[in-house]
Amino acid sequence: MGMKVYGTPQATNVARVVMILEEVGAEYEVMPVEFGTELKSPAHLARNPFGQIPAFQDDDFMLFESRAISRYILRKYKSDLLHEDNPKEATLVNVWLDVEYGQYNPPAGVIIYNALVKPIIGQVVDQQAIDNNLEKLKKVLEVYEARLSQCKYLAGDFISFADLSHFPCTYCIMLTQYKSVFDSYPHVKAWWEAIMARPSIKRMVEIMSA
Amino acid sequence: MSLIKLYGTPMATCTVRVLLCLEEVGAKYELVPISMPTGEHKSPAHLARNPFGQIPALQDGDLTLFESRAIARYVLHKFKGQGPDLLREDNLSDSAMVDVWLEVEAHQYNPAISPIVYQSLILPRMYGGTPDQTIIDTNLEKLKKVLDVYETHLAKSKYLAGDFFSLADLSHFSYTKYFMATPYASVFNSYPHVKAWWEDFTSRPAFKKVAAGMTSQQ
Repeated sequence: MGMKVYGTPQATNVARVVMILEEVGAEYEVMPVEFGTELKSPAHLARNPFGQIPAFQDDDFMLFESRAISRYILRKYKSDLLHEDNPKEATLVNVWLDVEYGQYNPPAGVIIYNALVKPIIGQVVDQQAIDNNLEKLKKVLEVYEARLSQCKYLAGDFISFADLSHFPCTYCIMLTQYKSVFDSYPHVKAWWEAIMARPSIKRMVEIMSA
Repeated sequence: MSLIKLYGTPMATCTVRVLLCLEEVGAKYELVPISMPTGEHKSPAHLARNPFGQIPALQDGDLTLFESRAIARYVLHKFKGQGPDLLREDNLSDSAMVDVWLEVEAHQYNPAISPIVYQSLILPRMYGGTPDQTIIDTNLEKLKKVLDVYETHLAKSKYLAGDFFSLADLSHFSYTKYFMATPYASVFNSYPHVKAWWEDFTSRPAFKKVAAGMTSQQ
């Protein structure tokens, strides 16, 4: 039956999973799920009880939560993006994955929602929210700049899932007028360019632009 | 083996997450208090451990870590042989279920329960502030929707990741413990399987020991 991802690849959390499938070279199928009523349908709630995307299926095994799905795929394919052969390095991957969710995504998400999503769905953009969250994002980027001045990638001198997990939201910010916020952080910019050079990420840019 | 140092306070929810893991596996550690009221968490010494100026941070030899769930994974992996296996890393599907429900705790449960705890306990007791009832009521509705999902799930599964206690369950403890001290604790009475799950794992010796440190200064 193979691997199936439920959701639209343009959505950041779905993109995370598709990116990892591309990284490991798995065969997979994307099953689109309509926003609105289909998310709360019994069929989808059976895949993701919170009525969100993505959901994932590997033969009969069902998962949800994009980072949990990604870890499963990486472990199944014995990818070194988790660095689980080295407990210290694996832990640093986990630290920066949690930073991505807990520190980076909150301000990034508000900026993306206002600058990209609201105009599409016809809602009024909250400029104050964008401005407040740009300030928060800058404080986070200061920490990243300091970290990436000490080592090439977040968990060390090796690229990991922690770095790649930043791709979906960062790519979306780069589609907005606020991408210039990264210009003040040269090590962060270099890190982003290294991520963008990966074949799987180039493939993701094609997928997300479709 | 050098002594693990945990920087934080025994009442802080994220410090408690790590304390529980250390106690579950029987690790030897030292809890180094960090004084939030005096701003010690923003001192250069602490920023060197946690660049976001938060607690906890953990030092094990030359390794310094922050983010409580990442620290928890490290502790549970390191001491796997001497304590319960709360990660199930040797089993692909079991470990995936632990990961799923740990993410659910962080992304669904915590965002609903923590504002209620903050408004009704932390704000008045630590800062002399007045609870914002609108925030409490909005998040109580969110929490009930989350508990609906947990109730259905725990009716089929003894613990969150399966028939085994794991980090996914443990990670819920600190905020839930404080929630039970708010006027809204009775919300859990409508969810019998959730209530039974809560009562079951709070009877663990590690939980009783750490819980004592959460209330001793109030």
